[in-house]
Amino acid sequence: MRDGPMTTTTLLSVRGVSRSFPSHGGGAPTVALRETDLAVAENDFITILGPSGCGKSTLLRIVAGLDRQTTGEVLLDGRTIAGPGAERGMVFQSYTLFPWLSVRENVCFGLRERALPRAQQLEIADAYLDKVGLRGFENHFPKQLSGGMQQRTAIARALANNPRMLLMDEPFGALDHQTRELMQELLLGIWEADRKTVLFVTHDIDEAVFMGSRVVVMSARPGRIKLDRRVPLAHPRHYSVKTSPEFAALKAELTEQVRVEVRAAQMQ
Amino acid sequence: MKPLTPVDPRARVTLGIGFFVVFFVAWGAVTLGGLVPKTFLADPLTMVRSGWTLLIEQGFGWDIGMTVWRVLGGFVIAAIVALPLGVAMGAYKPIEAFFEPFVSFARYLPASAFIPLLILWAGIGEAQKLSVIFIGSFFQLVLMIAVAVGNTRRDLVEAAYTLGSTDTSLVKRVLIPGAAPEIAEILRMVLGWAWTYVIVAELIGASSGIGHMITDSQALLATDQIIFGIIVIGVIGLVSDFAFKWINRRLFPWARLGR
Repeated sequence: MRDGPMTTTTLLSVRGVSRSFPSHGGGAPTVALRETDLAVAENDFITILGPSGCGKSTLLRIVAGLDRQTTGEVLLDGRTIAGPGAERGMVFQSYTLFPWLSVRENVCFGLRERALPRAQQLEIADAYLDKVGLRGFENHFPKQLSGGMQQRTAIARALANNPRMLLMDEPFGALDHQTRELMQELLLGIWEADRKTVLFVTHDIDEAVFMGSRVVVMSARPGRIKLDRRVPLAHPRHYSVKTSPEFAALKAELTEQVRVEVRAAQMQ
Repeated sequence: MKPLTPVDPRARVTLGIGFFVVFFVAWGAVTLGGLVPKTFLADPLTMVRSGWTLLIEQGFGWDIGMTVWRVLGGFVIAAIVALPLGVAMGAYKPIEAFFEPFVSFARYLPASAFIPLLILWAGIGEAQKLSVIFIGSFFQLVLMIAVAVGNTRRDLVEAAYTLGSTDTSLVKRVLIPGAAPEIAEILRMVLGWAWTYVIVAELIGASSGIGHMITDSQALLATDQIIFGIIVIGVIGLVSDFAFKWINRRLFPWARLGR
């Protein structure tokens, strides 16, 4: 799939994963996610796009180990995922920094869990805070930061743990439009530098195309993968690619596909 | 006045003191003006004078010390036992299911009703006084701490797990620090309640303490001394409350941000 001579190794494979919730009162169970297969290659940046309620977050939470699938299995490096773990870093839509810890201590959280020497913790934390442009805010409490800064800290916190892959559940969904665009460029810059595998859930089509090297579109509830497209834009990407014809063509196609699903979702 | 509009700090203090002034003036007016006979209610000046006599000549300071010691002693013992149990109940649902129904029942047992039993079991010494405070505060503390810990934001719990937390480190590094400011608030509140129990404990079978002084004064119809005793309790309560609030603010600066 990947262009060039690079060999692709599958880092994560989702096989026949579905999720249904038992209904109240003994009726038929509600299906949130239909049986889904997805292979994520090492160093890839996959964006999952779909209308709200389509099960894309459910899929991500199953990969994170925070939710249990009803059928199927998820393998990371060939090993079955049984629960949450540090090798799958997660950034949530809600602000999940620990309010009682300073920015620096938040980034150190996972490193302390691994019992790294203190000096090493600080060195790693400061390096990542530097990467997300938060030098000078190390000793602030989360509530003293703007939403964008909190999410940057959350990204630094997830990356500092050096996970095998990064899971992102609409991480910029609560931010205003301008901040969101800056955050996209920041994250893309970080990814282009070290190519950490990313699985990124969003309902923003521009975001999905701009960030992803591969876009996966999900159908309305009960969700399944209905479209899987490589993004034909070279890296490093400048924000001006958003006005290129390739971008526009893919965006048009995806817009059409998502519209159909949103319609379908509203009919239900 | 507009609803919910904050009042500036200076006006706040003035208004707060204002009510005390109104209260004492009204009290002085009805007593010194002869509307209420002295036997029923002493006037403020007599109260202050006999309070002074109590403190200087009759060693009332020692009684105050005894009462404070009993409250703190009983409360500290209750807190030391309630903290681990409350945290365990908040964190682990089977433990909560085991203890919660009994504790919920026990919290409604009036501590003062235990006094006759406690006298039987523990005599009329200090152990009995401490037990009353313990019974009065322990069950409340356990339940409220369990709720505070159980209310930890689930997304923070999930974030901790994805950062590699184990179950024990989750309790130590997320549940406890997250609930700590609220637990400190609970301790402050329940300490206030403990004050009301100690006086009841001292009204029966005590030979020292503020409550004991009040019982003695009752026999002498010394309303001035009774009122002085009550006011002393109020002042100590207020001081400890302020101290607690101050300590909480210093310990948990983050909890006050963004409110």
